[in-house]
Parts: sequence; structure tokens; C-alpha cells
Amino acid sequence: MATAEEVAKAAERRDVRDRWLLSAPALLVIFLAATGPLLIVLVYSFLTPGAYGDVKWQFSPEAWLSVFMERDIFDDTLSLAGAHVTIFWRSIKLAVVTTLATLALGFPTAYFMATRSEKTRDLWLFLITIPFWTNLLIRTFAVLQIIRNEGIINTILLKLGIVSAPVQILYTDTAILIGMAYVYLPLMVLPVYASMEKLDFRLVEAGYDLYATRFKVLRKIIFPLVKPGVIAGSILVFIPALGAYVTPSVLGGGKNMMLSNLIELQFGQGRNWPLGSALSITVMIIVMVALLAYVRNAGKSGVRHG
Amino acid sequence: MASNFSIKHQPGFTAIAATCFVVLYLPIIVLVAYAFNAANSTSEWGGFSLRWFQSAWQNTQVIDATLRSFQIGAIAAVLATIFATMAALATTRTAPYPGLTFKYAAINQPLMVPEIVTGVALLIFFSRIKIFTGYSGLGYLIAAHTAFCIPFAYLPIRGRLENMDLTLERAAADLYATPWKTFRRVTLPLLWPGILAGLMLAFVISLDDVVITEFVKSGGQDTLPTYMLGQIRRGITPEINAISTAFLLLSVAIVTLFFFVSRKRD
Repeated sequence: MATAEEVAKAAERRDVRDRWLLSAPALLVIFLAATGPLLIVLVYSFLTPGAYGDVKWQFSPEAWLSVFMERDIFDDTLSLAGAHVTIFWRSIKLAVVTTLATLALGFPTAYFMATRSEKTRDLWLFLITIPFWTNLLIRTFAVLQIIRNEGIINTILLKLGIVSAPVQILYTDTAILIGMAYVYLPLMVLPVYASMEKLDFRLVEAGYDLYATRFKVLRKIIFPLVKPGVIAGSILVFIPALGAYVTPSVLGGGKNMMLSNLIELQFGQGRNWPLGSALSITVMIIVMVALLAYVRNAGKSGVRHG
Repeated sequence: MASNFSIKHQPGFTAIAATCFVVLYLPIIVLVAYAFNAANSTSEWGGFSLRWFQSAWQNTQVIDATLRSFQIGAIAAVLATIFATMAALATTRTAPYPGLTFKYAAINQPLMVPEIVTGVALLIFFSRIKIFTGYSGLGYLIAAHTAFCIPFAYLPIRGRLENMDLTLERAAADLYATPWKTFRRVTLPLLWPGILAGLMLAFVISLDDVVITEFVKSGGQDTLPTYMLGQIRRGITPEINAISTAFLLLSVAIVTLFFFVSRKRD
């Protein structure tokens, strides 16, 4: 005869099975149309490019070599691929500077929002949320109209006589930077605000009681307490900035490529799908490293506060 | 003197915050203003006019792309929300069981990978399937959109479920309600605001997508954002401003609705 324990165990097993069945459709769709194809990209990165795009099913490490190297067409020697290194460097640099810029602007903004009265806080939050949910392409397009040669910035500069000819901002790295900082700013403000909202201002008061200056309070009390939000915000900005496609395509013109444009090129005119695949995997590895750093950091600070 | 000392004050922070809000909204305001420009280009102001809205309305490409965006968005959002609701029910209000962490990771996976990588991966995968089956309809876009909408729909539903304890469901079961009846009459009504929020979120996310759609679409399958991207690359007319303005209004309406639905606590 089944004991009570056995009955409970069977019920638990049934429960777990039901829970697997319930989550099966979501897991299946994500596997088929998001996760699974990533494995195919990995396979493709080790194949030979076909003459008209796609691949030949023949193993070749060439794509991975050409991520950072180029083969001399005459003597077959390998040297550092200048163009690829430049694009990698530009992408990482722009993503880092974008993250820092959004932090410099977003941190005070989140602080401002968190120190409002409880009722108005919701309004400020709403004002940050609207751009966040507004189409990224539309926001990039809005930036384009501001910074182009006939745009509002140049018109004002010309009218004031500060410059005699329009300043070329559009189609430069600066344009990409302005655009990314603009579109990703809410991604920084929201998590920082979430941490800031929970900030216990009695600690700040205690700091002042102990004769700390404003800056010292900011550095030694506020910043350490909201650090999880700052790290989350930085990750949320850095990842899409590194893989940004829309902003560099619209604001960078054809010349100032970022990684995503280089990848797109391999699947278009470049007709080098294996190289495009290897580049994609490289981007993913960089993102994974950033995420791991975040998880480890979040884990540590969780222990400290918990 | 001491009475003027505010512990919450930090020098310059309010000024930076004010700048941020102005900078966030100024480009959008300029964009909307130029949608009502009568002139032929966006470099000069030719007076107020609705002609660009009219021209967008008569542009069959714009209308086609808009309808396609809505069609994909609606189907993908509904599917994603149903699947996300089921997944949320399966992953909340339980003691940890084998595979639970895996499920969290799997459901959130689309958020962890840059869109360009997913786009490329789907381009390769779907191009194989296209050759194999000969089918090249909207199904690919719908599948792709459903997949990346699931984590977004999942978030508010899971949040709502975590705040619901099992007392009422247990009470229903004690009164001999079948599991299905308990779900229909107790769980679903309580969960409804979360489901609605998830649905709206998924719809907006689908409507906004550029990158994955750009890589997955076949010829003649432009959605509104990919159509606009093509136009912007070719040079701009106030018509794009008009389309953007209409799009913007729709997004703001959905966000406002979302804000109210997700704030509602009963």
C-alpha cells in the first residue's frame, strides 16, 4: 500500500510534469525562433563561403582568422586586419562612451526624480517611460533632424554668428554617440531610479551629522547604495549600444561602420556568410563576458546588503 | 541657517535633470512640428499644413506597411501573451524544482543577445527552411516576433502572479471546483491586469522592431519601421515626419494605457 509520503511524492512529480507541459510552447517557440538558430550561426562560422552568398559545406577556419587577420593575396601571409580592428575598436569605444555619458546624465536625473514627492514621482517616471517606449527609429530620426547641417543646432549657431559655415555633425562618430546617448538614456535612468527610490535618506542625514560634505555623502553613501542600479543600467545600455544597428545606419552614414553594419555587409554585398557568422559570435562573446561580470558583481553586492 | 539646509540637495543635479528632460523631448517636438510643415523639405518652414499627413494616407506603400505591422503585431502579441501566461503559471508560486532556473534563463534568452545576432541567425535558419519548403509568407516574421515578445509579455504577468497567493485557489478547490473552473473563475480574473499589460507591451515591442524584421523579411514584406528606415536612408521628406507623428501618438496612447493598467491595484 502506498504510504502518505509516496502519495505526496507522486503528486509532486505530477505537478512538475504539468509545469513542464505548461511552459513547453514558450520554450519551443524561443528555441525555434531565437536560441536554436544561434547554434547554426556557430556552425556556419566554420564553413566556406558560397559564390553567391550562403555557404559550401566544407570545413574552414578562414572566417575566424579573418575576424582580426587578413591574408595577403600575393604571398598568403597573415597580418592584422586594419579595417576590422578599427571597427571593433570604434564599436567598443562608442559603446563605453555612450554608457558613461548616459550615466553622467542619468544619475542626477534619477536622483532628482527620487527626491520628488511621492505623487509627482509617478509623473516624472511617466515622462521617462514615454521616450523609452517610443520607436527607436523615430527617436533616431528626430536626432537626425536636430544635428544635420540645416538642423536647429546649426541654424542657431549660424544666426548667432558663432560659426560661419554649418558644423558637420551628421555622418560622424560624434553623431552616432549623440544618437545612442539620446536613445539609450531612459535605459540608464529607469534602473538607477529603481535603486534610488529605495534609498534611505536617514543614512544621508547621518552622514551630514558626522560633518560629511555634499560630495562625500554622494560618493560614500548614495553611490554605494545605488550601485546595483548603476551596474544594471550600464549593462542595459552597453549591450544594445555595442550591437546598435539603426543608430549607426541612420546617423553614421556609410563610412562610419559599427560591428552590426560590418556583419550586415557580409550577408549583403560581402557575400561572406561564414565571416558574418564569426563576427556575430564574437559580438555575442563580448556581450556574454559583460553579462557574466554583471552577474558576479550583482551576486557580490547582494551578499553584502543581504 | 540650518533650516535652509536640505539633506536631499546635491549641487547641479536639478539643472542636469532639467536639461535631460528638455533634451529628451525637444527633438521629438521638432519632429512633430515639421510634420505640419507646408514646405517641400524639412529645411524651411512654409506655414502650417496637413498635406504630408494626406500624402502619407494616400501612399499605398505606407498603408500596406502599416497594415502588415498591425497584423504581425497583433498575432505575435496574442500568441506571445498566451505562451507567456502559461509559462508564468508554470514558473511561479512553487518550491524550486529541477529545471526552474533553466526555464528562467531560456525565457529571458532573447533579451541577452544583441538583436543583430538574432537577426543574422534567423536569416540563415529561415533561408534554409524557405528553400526546403518553398513557403515565404509572413509566418517567419510572426514566429520571430512571437519569440522576442515572450520575455516582455512574461515580465508583468509573472510580477502579478508573484503577488497573488494561493489562498483563493485553494478555497475554490475545497469547494469542489475543477482545476479548469478554478483557473477560469479565480486565477484568470485576478491575473487579467497582468495579462493585459503583457499583451500591450508585446504589441509595442513587435511594432517597434526594426533589426530582426529587416533581416527576416522577404521582398515586399516591409513593416512600417523597415519602410521608414529605407526612406530615411534615401533622403527625407516631411512625409516621414507625418508618419512618425502618427506612430508616436499610437505609442503614447498604448503606453498611457499600459501605465494605468499596470498601476491598478485591487
